Amino acid sequence: MAADSGGLTTAAAVRVRNLHRSFNKDGGVLNGLDLDIAPGEFVALIGRSGTGKSTLLRALAGLDRDVAGHGRIEVPASVSVVFQDSRLLPWKRILDNVIFGLRGADAADRGRQALAEVGLAGRERAWPYQLSGGEQQRAALARSLVREPQLLLADEPFGALDALTRIRMHALLRKLCEAHRPAVLLVTHDVDEAIVLADRVILLDAGVVDTDVRVELTSRSRSDAGFAGLRTLLLDRLGVAADAG
Amino acid sequence: MTTTLHTPPVSTSGDKADARVVRRRLGPGRRIRFAFWIGPALALALWAVGSASGVIKPAILSAPWDVVIAFEDQWVNHDLLGNILSSLERSLIGLSIGVVTGAVLAVFSGLSRAGESLIDGPIQIKRSVPTLALIPLFIAWFGIGHEMKIITIALISMVPIYIHTHNGLRGIDGRYAELAETIGISRGEFVRHVVLPGALPGFLLGMRFAVTSSLLGLVVVEQYNAVAGIGHMITLAEQYGQTDVIVVGLVIYGVFGYCADSAVRLIARRVLSWRQTLEG
Repeated sequence: MAADSGGLTTAAAVRVRNLHRSFNKDGGVLNGLDLDIAPGEFVALIGRSGTGKSTLLRALAGLDRDVAGHGRIEVPASVSVVFQDSRLLPWKRILDNVIFGLRGADAADRGRQALAEVGLAGRERAWPYQLSGGEQQRAALARSLVREPQLLLADEPFGALDALTRIRMHALLRKLCEAHRPAVLLVTHDVDEAIVLADRVILLDAGVVDTDVRVELTSRSRSDAGFAGLRTLLLDRLGVAADAG
Repeated sequence: MTTTLHTPPVSTSGDKADARVVRRRLGPGRRIRFAFWIGPALALALWAVGSASGVIKPAILSAPWDVVIAFEDQWVNHDLLGNILSSLERSLIGLSIGVVTGAVLAVFSGLSRAGESLIDGPIQIKRSVPTLALIPLFIAWFGIGHEMKIITIALISMVPIYIHTHNGLRGIDGRYAELAETIGISRGEFVRHVVLPGALPGFLLGMRFAVTSSLLGLVVVEQYNAVAGIGHMITLAEQYGQTDVIVVGLVIYGVFGYCADSAVRLIARRVLSWRQTLEG
């Protein structure tokens, strides 16, 4: 069996030790990976395709029961996942999607509040198909945050959005994370996105952590010298020349 | 107009201030009023014209007005209303049992591998045996009374409900199940919020088949030892050679079936308003 998840035993929100996962006998996708994420810490996970980013995220989410492997995983009790597609149930109105599975008499009020936080006040009664891609993803974000997760797992949540919407979503996600302080693991292909959003950027290669850097910038503007330096470093580790990116 | 569209646009209004480019519509377009009545009304009109002009001989098919007279005669002198109610009762009870059983079996068989291996096979086998061929056996088991008729109708209407609900359920996007797992809901909540609404389009299609098959079953079972019902009325009329009364029965079946089907479609349009389809 794949997942050995347990409760939170130390100050770390996420603790992963010697994690192995493989889809076939030839080679592992994750090969003895170690990772700690502190409570409230925003970690971006980058890496080339097939280096195990999504495999790690799915292992933390407990969605890899059919994948072979072993290792220790400790995650908080309350984990929310944001997928690349919004996964709004098409037969539920937006508010009902946000509070889907939420218990308590004040669920609807909390749902409305979460929708207002992501800028969707007034769209409570809309069907998912009536929303634009960016709005659907904001509703999915509201659905995750209304559960007050201690850990937010996001698997390329902005991958399907256009560039302008993506910039707006970055600002929104930063704001929401500062307000709610969950630990975040964001899987992304986009080095700039990782630097703009995260406190720490982790680069996976061949199923282990290759690079683990803290983002300590005075400004998150792309014109910042530190930004450019970090970007060059990460792109270099990814095997891409910085000027080509 | 200079455009680089790949299909030639169709220009519509002559109004210069509102010159727009309109593509030829490929979907069915906007709803038309009284669409419900147009087809049947046209069929009735053809029937009337055919009978009046003598193209349709009374021996082949009674004229609409003769059917109306026969209808009145049956209503006044032979308790037609009683027959209708008796038939409706039979098909409603049978249909309800069949629909509930079919849907419950479909959910069990759709959601559990054990359920699938137990339920799916026997239903497919049952499906390939015509229910009408089972009637002699049912008469031996349940007698020739009410019970046999209800069970036959229930079995006939259960099969389409099962097939279409099962198919609709298995067609639900697996990513929704994954989402439900991350949200941490119980299996009951999963059935209620994901499985049932997701299988609803399939169920409603099954319902359309089921209502008409329940009427089909009615026609057959009422030929066996019935003292009331439309089928009984038709059987008697056959013995006395009353074509017009037979047609009265057929028209009633047709009206039942059409109204029931339209009701299901209307309900479907309401409850499936979350879909963006050509149904509109």
